[in-house]
Amino acid sequence: MTTIGTRKHSVKRFLAENGALAGLLVLALVLAISNPAFLTAQNLVNVGVQAAAIAILAFGMTFVVVAGGIDLSVGSVAALAAMVGALTAGPVGLVVGALCGLVNGALVSYGKLPPFIATLAMLSVARGLTLVISGGQPHETDELVTFLGSNLTPMLPLPLLLMLALFGVTGLVLTRTNLGRRMYAIGGNEEAAKLSGIDVRRQKLWIYALSGLFAAAAGLVLAGRLSSAGPQAAVGYELDAIAAVVIGGASLSGGVGRATGTLVGALVLAVLRNGLNLLQVHPFWQQVVIGAVIALAALLDSLRRR
Amino acid sequence: MNALITARGITKHFGATKALDGVDLDVFAGEVHVLLGENGAGKSTLVKVLAGIHDPDDGTIERNARLAVIHQELALVPELSVAENLFLNRLPRRFGLVDRAAMRRRAPELLDRVGLRVHPDAKVRDLGIAQQQMVEIARALDQDAGVLILDEPTAVLTGTETDRLLEIMAQLRDNGVGLVFITHHLDEIQRVADRITVLRDGRSVGVLGPRATTRHMIELMVGRPIDEQYPREQQEAGEPLLRISGLTRSGAFEDVTIEVHAGEVVGVAGLVGAGRTEVARAAFGVDDYDRGTVEVDGKPVRRHDVQAAIRAGLGLVPEDRKGQGLVLTGTVGQNLELATLANRDPRRLREIADRLRVKGHVDQPVRELSGGNQQKVVIGKWLLADPKVLILDEPTRGVDVGAKVEIYELVNRMTAQGRAVLLVSSDLPEVIGMSDRVVVMAHGRVAGELPKGATQDQVMALAVQESTA
Repeated sequence: MTTIGTRKHSVKRFLAENGALAGLLVLALVLAISNPAFLTAQNLVNVGVQAAAIAILAFGMTFVVVAGGIDLSVGSVAALAAMVGALTAGPVGLVVGALCGLVNGALVSYGKLPPFIATLAMLSVARGLTLVISGGQPHETDELVTFLGSNLTPMLPLPLLLMLALFGVTGLVLTRTNLGRRMYAIGGNEEAAKLSGIDVRRQKLWIYALSGLFAAAAGLVLAGRLSSAGPQAAVGYELDAIAAVVIGGASLSGGVGRATGTLVGALVLAVLRNGLNLLQVHPFWQQVVIGAVIALAALLDSLRRR
Repeated sequence: MNALITARGITKHFGATKALDGVDLDVFAGEVHVLLGENGAGKSTLVKVLAGIHDPDDGTIERNARLAVIHQELALVPELSVAENLFLNRLPRRFGLVDRAAMRRRAPELLDRVGLRVHPDAKVRDLGIAQQQMVEIARALDQDAGVLILDEPTAVLTGTETDRLLEIMAQLRDNGVGLVFITHHLDEIQRVADRITVLRDGRSVGVLGPRATTRHMIELMVGRPIDEQYPREQQEAGEPLLRISGLTRSGAFEDVTIEVHAGEVVGVAGLVGAGRTEVARAAFGVDDYDRGTVEVDGKPVRRHDVQAAIRAGLGLVPEDRKGQGLVLTGTVGQNLELATLANRDPRRLREIADRLRVKGHVDQPVRELSGGNQQKVVIGKWLLADPKVLILDEPTRGVDVGAKVEIYELVNRMTAQGRAVLLVSSDLPEVIGMSDRVVVMAHGRVAGELPKGATQDQVMALAVQESTA
């Protein structure tokens, strides 16, 4: 192939991989022009904090989606982990989150359940357990967890830093670890992965456990922000996490997805919500707009891939 | 006689790539016109231009007949009946509802034209792939297609099914249909072709008559003289590296014993369904077996455990490249490193990629490669893992002549380094030409073994023998 062909190719590839970023920039530009309040440092920091919980959930979801699965339980697991954290100690919450993920993984790989079903079951079980152990009441978080949600300085909130740190971890896991490389192989072609000597079942255990762990981290951040773990915290967040992953260009059929894409996807959702608030769009209509944006992102993605 | 299709000076670019460059083609009524060329030579593009899917950038096409293309991926609805598929876009109707009676009345006549004996109410899903092809051909003929383009229809067929298809093609030709036939199998060409247009790099490099020799076709296709189609360099056989003894899985294979020595290529021939792939998969630990043992280099290999098989020094290139061999969403590099993730070595990866002469970069999506280059990537994955014994299952299916020879060279190189190769192949000239010994399987058993230099007749005689069980 000639150089021109290759260059054209790489432009196309760049767009295919960074379409969400372009969308985010356009969105930010439109908001900056239409409302001066958007482009203030304080507002941008707020957007970052609002994005943090969804982004952290979505990072864990990225592992699962790249490996060809889905995890519907992350919202409930986040709530359960936060509640356990509030009733005992933060680190215990993390362990519980990872355990929930391990159960998901075991159901998927050894029980051969479709991921949708296994994690749907966990969605219900984890939420139920949260209600049981909390007695339906919110509980105050301990100092450690409250610290996770606090600001180091007014312009430096810890959730934002945690999001960036876990973003780095996600990128590292996906691109530099064997587990990450195997996620792409399993999601791209499970049979080929198996015939190449990859222990697909065991890998899936770890992959879902990671998702559970990230969900727990998100739950703790969320609770820390409010200094309180609520039994109805993070309801429906799994859908936002999936949306962030998809807006970020990952394919729900597996094998495709990147940490940067997911971060951008989560930021798109947060910026959109923030912008719609600033523009005083009624919350009912906000849902309509957000749904339309998700469909649009997926549509553009499918057009680009053609 | 007037041509059904006259194409002149067809040129087509995709970006900066010239896919077709001034190609002329005539298709007459009552001829089988073969399009021959390596993958990427422009056959598919030409077919798409003829069918009107792509517009040519330059050149003219005159169509004097309706034209139908039968692709490898069939355009049938599996859950519908044969009759419904036959009349798919023009179901006979009565009072606004589908007239099933009329459909059933007319279907048998159509099926007869292609010699297909299935019930019109049978679901297409329940038919074999060969029968499905016939349904699609029958549908095309009913729509008064004067020209039928068959894009590698035999790639998915067994020997007898192919014979049957070639017969039907000859019949259609005698009834005045013009057929354009694409295939990689030169022997099929010699059996049915009236004319052969050879494409290379988007250009028509010659039109041959029905009596063209294999050598002539290949040389035109690759553009240089080919010394040897099967360049096997035999080595002194050493210690036994792979010993499959008494391997049995009821219903699949029975008491199969095969030994492969260092430096050796042992072929496994047989009809489709003889149990060859099943034995290969079982030996590699993909599927379980009931009795018997698999030993590599004198040590027994744990059954039903791919990781154990790989640790013992086995590798398998599976028959279904896209379904089992490749991660199509990945890059060339990602696919090469699949079997060696635990001890990755980027330097060696690059070295292997160079040795494979895979056209393209290690960061290129493997999806964009031709079939031959994709297969080289699957083999390269194992070259990186450096197994003692590599099992190749139909390694050159759908691979063009040039890449085939490169794959054979890789086999030679492996055996020269004291490794062993078990070559499962339905391509008789290949399995005979590249193997030092040929084991023939029939009905799940080893029917016999033939030394180097066996003839196709000898192999077939063993392959078709009646079951003794």
